[in-house]
Amino acid sequence: MTLWFVFALMTVAAIFAVLWPLSRRERADSGGSEVVVYRDQLAEIDRDMASGIIGAAEADAARIEISRRLLAAADQSGREEPVQGSLNLRRTAAIVALVGLPVIASGFYLALGSPRLGDFPLAERSRVADANQPLTNLVAQVEAHLEKNPTDGRGWTVLAPVLSRLGRYDDAVRAYRNAITYAGDSADRRADLGEALMGSAGGVVTAEAKAEFERAVALNGDDAKANYFLGLAAEQDGRKADAAALWQKMLAKGPSDAPWRPLVQAALVRVGGSVPDVPPGVSAPRLPDGAVAAAKDMSEADRGTMIKGMVDRLATRLKTNGDDVEGWLRLVRAYLVMGERDKAMSALADARQAVANDADRLRQLNEGLKNLGLDG
Amino acid sequence: MIAESGHYALVLALALALIQSIVPIVGARWRDAALMNVARSTALAQLLFVAASFAALVTVHVTSDFSVANVYENSHSLKPLLYKITGVWGNHEGSMLLWVSILALFGGLVAAFGNNLPLSLRAHVLAVQAWVASAFYLFILITSNPFLRIANPPIEGRDLNPVLQDIGLAVHPPMLYLGYVGFSISFSFAVAALLEGRIDAAWARWVRPWTLMAWIFLTLGIAMGSYWAYYELGWGGWWFWDPVENASLMPWLAGTALLHSALVMEKRSALKVWTVLLSILTFSLSLLGTFLVRSGVLTSVHAFATDPTRGVFILLILFVFIGGSLSLYAWRAPALKQGGLFAPISREGALVLNNLLLTTACATVFIGTLYPLALEVLTGEKISVGAPFFNFTFAPLFVPLLLAVPFGPLLAWKRGDLLGAAQRLMVAGITALVAIALVLAWTHGGATLAPLAIGLAAFVIMGALCDLAERIALFRIPLSLSLRRARGLPRATWGTAFAHAGLGIALIGIVCETTWNSEYIGSMKPDDVARVAGYELRLDGLNPRQGPNFREMVAQFTVTRDGEKVSVMTPSKRNFTTRGASTTEAALLTRGASQLYISLGDTSADGTIAVRIYHKPLVLMIWWGPVLMAFGGLLSLSDRRLRVGAPKPAKAAVRALQAAE
Repeated sequence: MTLWFVFALMTVAAIFAVLWPLSRRERADSGGSEVVVYRDQLAEIDRDMASGIIGAAEADAARIEISRRLLAAADQSGREEPVQGSLNLRRTAAIVALVGLPVIASGFYLALGSPRLGDFPLAERSRVADANQPLTNLVAQVEAHLEKNPTDGRGWTVLAPVLSRLGRYDDAVRAYRNAITYAGDSADRRADLGEALMGSAGGVVTAEAKAEFERAVALNGDDAKANYFLGLAAEQDGRKADAAALWQKMLAKGPSDAPWRPLVQAALVRVGGSVPDVPPGVSAPRLPDGAVAAAKDMSEADRGTMIKGMVDRLATRLKTNGDDVEGWLRLVRAYLVMGERDKAMSALADARQAVANDADRLRQLNEGLKNLGLDG
Repeated sequence: MIAESGHYALVLALALALIQSIVPIVGARWRDAALMNVARSTALAQLLFVAASFAALVTVHVTSDFSVANVYENSHSLKPLLYKITGVWGNHEGSMLLWVSILALFGGLVAAFGNNLPLSLRAHVLAVQAWVASAFYLFILITSNPFLRIANPPIEGRDLNPVLQDIGLAVHPPMLYLGYVGFSISFSFAVAALLEGRIDAAWARWVRPWTLMAWIFLTLGIAMGSYWAYYELGWGGWWFWDPVENASLMPWLAGTALLHSALVMEKRSALKVWTVLLSILTFSLSLLGTFLVRSGVLTSVHAFATDPTRGVFILLILFVFIGGSLSLYAWRAPALKQGGLFAPISREGALVLNNLLLTTACATVFIGTLYPLALEVLTGEKISVGAPFFNFTFAPLFVPLLLAVPFGPLLAWKRGDLLGAAQRLMVAGITALVAIALVLAWTHGGATLAPLAIGLAAFVIMGALCDLAERIALFRIPLSLSLRRARGLPRATWGTAFAHAGLGIALIGIVCETTWNSEYIGSMKPDDVARVAGYELRLDGLNPRQGPNFREMVAQFTVTRDGEKVSVMTPSKRNFTTRGASTTEAALLTRGASQLYISLGDTSADGTIAVRIYHKPLVLMIWWGPVLMAFGGLLSLSDRRLRVGAPKPAKAAVRALQAAE
């Protein structure tokens, strides 16, 4: 309701702007006149002569010229005195304003505007509790807080994993980076950052993510998450032996009751490595071979469908936009990992064709292929 | 409610503009003072509503109200406050709203300060102004409405183009628009004069301050834009003869010509028809610039969107206003009375020469800009007209212009004495020769013409000083008397001298930067040292850093000269996650008027980074020149004889102290 009230007030103000000059009884100011300008010019001639800038003869000539203009102007303005306008004309103008303004304004506004839609400033929206999305709102509140206090390292530390879980990987990456900047560097945070980077790359350990895992390992050689994903990176690169070695080392060094053991063991079986014996002195129950095999089968099937879906999406995207060299390399690598060498080769041919016109990208592609162990 | 109120205010402004387009004209036709005065109050009310509308758009941007499509598309909640505000005009819709806001501002200024104008002239001017305004309100509302809403607002926006997230955006577009749109006033004056069928010296006196104001802003806007491109785009260049730059240069050239021809008209009542034509052409070129940039005809960082309906609409506006005003000109101009006569060698003659050269230069730019477009439309063939064309055509036009600049102010009106002027410029000529000799002796290499160009610049600067010296009779009368005369000189005279000297200063900067620029391009790894123009730059290292809405890789360089540490420079590359785009932040180190300039390229796998380092001697003079020119314009504008709507001259005695031009 208030909206319409405001509109009405504005319309009244606009109409008033038109009616006000029409309603003034007394003779409105008739405005300036050219006569003033020419009088100024005459005075200027006198000043010029007094200061010796022009001679007497020139001054006279100029004076005659300006006087002529002055006379003409005086004559003209005498003839052009505004007459007392007719009342009818004013009434017509007033009616045009009274009717025309609201009609034009409402005509355009109703066609274009959205009067039912209120304001949605971001700050307000975050405060409103919504039963359906409590977590989202909570996140928005923390984000609003961090927007104002961007150096609050603790806030970033809390926010980052939540964002990661919500699947907002890009934001999670930013949050982890801020956490590292303002709350200090640590192996855990680096590893989490790497995982978020992986998430935003659709599960592939990109060079950027790998660099973070490497940093984490540099900070703490025993960081389980970083070591596991470094192994995964090796597996995705087709270096199965390296992956197996890494994971074997993890199992050998790690505590026997570590929660990640089953996962790593499953991964190890996947790449064909042998699960090492439990270090002497630690009596952890080993999973029976059958269970490992079952886990392997299950995860393989799940993983297979998941990866395939991912790869198909990537392939479709590259079909429409072939400029993305990184994407092509990822696709080729994915096919190689999946053991579909034919598809990898055809993807490679497509990639070459897509970037053939761009020397830079072609070079980049060739180098990437060399790294994958394919021909340069 | 804020967004919708802003929308409604804009619609009301359109309605008011439509009334302002018709009622005052009817009033002028029947000589009804009340009807004519409607123009004034509607112009002020229009300004009020457009300002409210603009304020509403700024508010929704600042509060990140993503239910407004424009905010969603161009803002991000994490953007720093400054860029939330500047982002309002960093997009097509918002920039058009800024355009009409400034149009309304100028209309409001004429209404508020146009007391000295005859009633019917003011009514006509404001009505014509309202025609232009109506057309653009319609354009905004129909094709580029910034107030369209999204029913289910997204939680986050898509962020602003990172290149535009810079302090430059806060200054460059508003300045440029104040310039572009300011010329609408001289256009309105010209059309009003044609409608009234009457024009005389007083008209020029009234239109000159408005033209001057627009010219000052346009000068600053172009200079600012050039400096922005210089430091933000990371190429180290400052003028690319890009069609968008040319689009702003053309109105400037025409506007400069207009400024000078209006002077002739004011003093001598001559060149009337020509001045009217220039007024029309200047604003037409401004409109053309808007069309080129906004229609998406040119693909560049300036064209935020490409939408054919917009292009067609602007083309229609262009056609109606340019075609209409030129037809009106063809129809009414022959009826205008011609004014005073003058000899070829005279102040008028010099100003005519100035006009000829400037308009020819403008025509050259026009052809160079539009010919490739026309060719592409007609034959589908793509050609690019680049710097060589403009350098070859522009320089031969500007050399005689610069040679003539010092002579103009020294010639008398009506009949001048060229020999006398030349004698008075003797000092300037000698300085120029000395400058050429010095440059030849001190430098080696570079273009052979460079020393001559420096000499020309020295001639222009000294010529401006000679003019001042002549007027205060320096060294001919006792110094104290000279100083008193200097204080008594009209500010317009000082303004002329500053503006002309600014030309010379800019020329020095241009010549030095293009001739003796030295550079180092290569890849460096930490602890590498690059040597450029006597400076040693050591790359200390590369550090990643997290900004509010971007991540950046900062390279740190230690700059030393002769073993002494000068400074630390930190160029960077920024990555904006939301748009997946990156920008290069060049590092600049100012030493006097010269600058060291570092911009980063790509990092390669082996840890090296591509680096471009330039040493640009006297490069800052390129922008000091225009700033000095604008300052001259400002001095001239503050001259009480020109002041807009200044109260009637009170005491003749005070004014008698001022000597005249």
